[in-house]
Amino acid sequence: MTEDAANTATEADSAKAEPPADAIPAKAELPIAAFDMPLLRIDGVAKRFGAVRAVDRLSLDIRRGEFFALLGPSGCGKTTLLRMLAGFETPDEGAILLGGDDIAQVLPHQRPVNMMFQNYALFPHLSVRDNIAFGLKRARMPRAEIATRVAEMVALVRLEGLEKRKPDQLSGGQRQRVALARSLARRPEILLLDEPLAALDKKLRESTQVELMELQRRLGMTFIIVTHDQEEAMTMADRIGVMDQGRLEQVATPRKLYEAPNSRWVAEFVGDINMLEGEVGPGDAGRLAIATKDAGTIVAAAPPDPVKQALVFVAIRPEKVKLSRRGPASDTAGTHTINRLEGIVIEVSYLGGFTTYKVKLDSGAVLKSSMANTARLDVDAYSVTQRVVAWFTPDDCVVLEQ
Amino acid sequence: MSARRIFARPARFAAIAPYVWMVLFFLVPFGFVAKISLSQTAIAQPPYLPVFELTQGLAAIKAAFAALSLDNFKLLVTDDLYVLSYLRSLVVAAVSTSILLLSGYPIAYGMARLPRRWQGVAMMLVIVPFWTSFLIRIYAWINILQHDGLLNKILLALHLISTPVVWLSTDSAMYLGIVYSYLPFMILPLYATLAKMDPALLEAASDLGSSPLRAFWLVTFPLSLPGVGAGVLLCFIPIVGEFVIPDLLAGSDSLMVGQTLWLEFFTNKDWPVASAAAVLLLALLLAPLLLYDRLQRHQLEGAR
Amino acid sequence: MVSATSKISRFNVASLALGLGFLYLPIVILVIYSFNASRLVTVWGGWSLVWYREFFHDEAMIEAAWMSFRVAASSATIATLLGTLAAVALSRGERFKGRTLFSGMLYAPLVMPEVITGLSLLLLFVALDAERGFWTVTIAHTTLTMCFVAVVVQSRLGSLDRSLEEAAMDLGCDPARAFVAVTLPLILPAIIAGWMLAFTLSLDDLVIASFTTGPGSATLPIRIYSEVRLGVKPEINAICTMVIGLIAVVIVVASFASKLSSAQGESAAPL
Repeated sequence: MTEDAANTATEADSAKAEPPADAIPAKAELPIAAFDMPLLRIDGVAKRFGAVRAVDRLSLDIRRGEFFALLGPSGCGKTTLLRMLAGFETPDEGAILLGGDDIAQVLPHQRPVNMMFQNYALFPHLSVRDNIAFGLKRARMPRAEIATRVAEMVALVRLEGLEKRKPDQLSGGQRQRVALARSLARRPEILLLDEPLAALDKKLRESTQVELMELQRRLGMTFIIVTHDQEEAMTMADRIGVMDQGRLEQVATPRKLYEAPNSRWVAEFVGDINMLEGEVGPGDAGRLAIATKDAGTIVAAAPPDPVKQALVFVAIRPEKVKLSRRGPASDTAGTHTINRLEGIVIEVSYLGGFTTYKVKLDSGAVLKSSMANTARLDVDAYSVTQRVVAWFTPDDCVVLEQ
Repeated sequence: MSARRIFARPARFAAIAPYVWMVLFFLVPFGFVAKISLSQTAIAQPPYLPVFELTQGLAAIKAAFAALSLDNFKLLVTDDLYVLSYLRSLVVAAVSTSILLLSGYPIAYGMARLPRRWQGVAMMLVIVPFWTSFLIRIYAWINILQHDGLLNKILLALHLISTPVVWLSTDSAMYLGIVYSYLPFMILPLYATLAKMDPALLEAASDLGSSPLRAFWLVTFPLSLPGVGAGVLLCFIPIVGEFVIPDLLAGSDSLMVGQTLWLEFFTNKDWPVASAAAVLLLALLLAPLLLYDRLQRHQLEGAR
Repeated sequence: MVSATSKISRFNVASLALGLGFLYLPIVILVIYSFNASRLVTVWGGWSLVWYREFFHDEAMIEAAWMSFRVAASSATIATLLGTLAAVALSRGERFKGRTLFSGMLYAPLVMPEVITGLSLLLLFVALDAERGFWTVTIAHTTLTMCFVAVVVQSRLGSLDRSLEEAAMDLGCDPARAFVAVTLPLILPAIIAGWMLAFTLSLDDLVIASFTTGPGSATLPIRIYSEVRLGVKPEINAICTMVIGLIAVVIVVASFASKLSSAQGESAAPL
């Protein structure tokens, strides 16, 4: 990724927001257009641990009421960034503006920001009630008011009847909710969540995701979540910032991140993808003809920004690659260009809802395809060694430069 | 700045009081020991010369410095009595540490193999004697080992011996006492490392074709070496300077250095020689002490 | 053949039983003989409390016991305060000047032969011309036992989840408040255990007390030692049994405290 890419990630996002917007509607339009000033502005923040640049001059704006996810592989700096927002780490350079005030050097206990810890960090010597009231007591809230607020929080996370329990008498899911209630009790400007669901099993995690989303909508609060789980980020967040090596690779809505990744790295990090290398040839009317090494000439939709390099990558998601015995009939009409590649099925993995196939092209390259199992009894399912045609339209392709 | 640093500053203030205390009552006293080890015995109060009197001016202090000598150390390294007591201390410490390791290891291993909830009980059982008085436990053995004590009675009743055997005031009694007193110090660090070990490692070893004995020798033992090191040092260092056990249980024909020091100090009132003996003992133990310090630091503070 | 997995073998059980039997048998015998009516230690003359009565008429012994108790209580209290401070500095102070020396001074007394510690402290007290007695022994015992307290508390602090303190700060505590509201309650069982350990170590010590005490202020171990050197006396059995009883009470309290803490994670081992 180039030097200025991370710095301009936010602008790039807003710039790119226009052209594909008609084709790809945003997951959820929030009534936030009225706020011009972002709630949180991270401006050129950098943090170094010894020789390691954990966060590398990163900039990002987060709007009020947004559910924002920081997604990245472990060690990408996402937790460090979150800890800088909470005040546990101080940036070496840059500013963190909350409502216009720089809080980069403000100590954690003086910030209107609360954090939900990955391991919950519930105080083991305090009851559920005292855990939730902890931050309120520190804020010198009157006793009666604390009681009301605690009751409100207990109801919000549905922990009624468990107020007197100690954390070790709770289940994992209950502990998670106490942690949530505790961090929400002070009504922070921003709630930071560090891998909040990592300790829960799959079923509970999925239901909790939905609960968290509902809660955030209802409270109208700003949530920033750190996660390494892309499904989790996709499900919950309005926008996702993908991080790698201390930089933001792309900031976009889940759909755009998946369908219009802005780099090869993001395309490969988010979901599964076929990547074909090739040279740009002549094209017309928003189409590019790309001469690939492995799959002949592929016609792809031209990206919104003109391609500058000769060498590019054509990326196609497996579910966009359709298989058939003879290829689609419609392409004989000539109105639509369709890319068709022939090969032999070499691997079939049945996964319930869908089946993935690996097709070995005549060039020797392998193409992945994923097809929904729409019929219970499929006599026509492809099997290994069968010769098939894999096809996809130019709009299914994303052209990426290095 | 990080969260740890936010805590670090107030935490450092906590060091002041214990720091001053330890410098005053642990470090500085060694200076006095060193100084007096270079002095001469005198029939006076305190019983050594020269006495540094800061009030008598620079000349007197210079004269006092001139009067210091290495005579006491010469005595210690040339007189057989002292040389032998140092040698005996090292031998006794080495032998008893070996016995402790050989007997403590199976016990610690047995503890680590117990079901989880019994492990806590077993650990408590090992710790409790360590809390009860050391002197009392040695005394308990005198009860058993004396001429008409329980041991001789039982052996006589079983017709294993025909006349009472002298147990007290022998080296065997001393070794018994040492092993008895120091056993918890050997078991606990061994248990700590053995309990942390993943039983799947042994399963993997046997899966890969090792017999249980080989698996123990190739997997368990090498992994328990830090515990072995801690246990050995925790026993060896204090045993070298041990006084009470040899004094009460061993014979009086050969002494350990702790006894020699005690004798010089309390009976002969020769403070300078006693101090020199202490300095020499400390020098002897310096390497294991430093090793122990590193081990503790590593264990309590992680790799820093 | 027993499998190599987590099953315990007969060998394991036997070594455990032998080991524990070896540790406890002499103490049990001592306690039983303290109730022996016979003057001859080795002849069983039926159950009796005569030797306990003897002790309560032995004024010198009672005085020594009282001295020991006072020294143990005061030195344990000072040692707990200083040792806890030292543990906090070592486990939360990160790097600071003189840290290596500091930790070295705290770890060395744990294994340092007592004759060295005792002698060096005595020479200090003589040089300072301090009157030897209650205070010199108390200072000496504090010096030794604060190191044990420091290690016990430090190991608890080390196993404490650091994010608890961060959470406290996140919820509005400055570092000092976070320590008082969260850290201190969580390490309290270790602090109590540290006090107990310091108390029993002081109650037990013969060598250091012998060096640092003055004429006329003998501690209980010093009295017991001088009696034991002359041979076994049934009265000593009775005194020892009472000391064991006192320590047993202390242990019960300590284990109760550590039960409280075990709910909050690793229990603090005494070493």
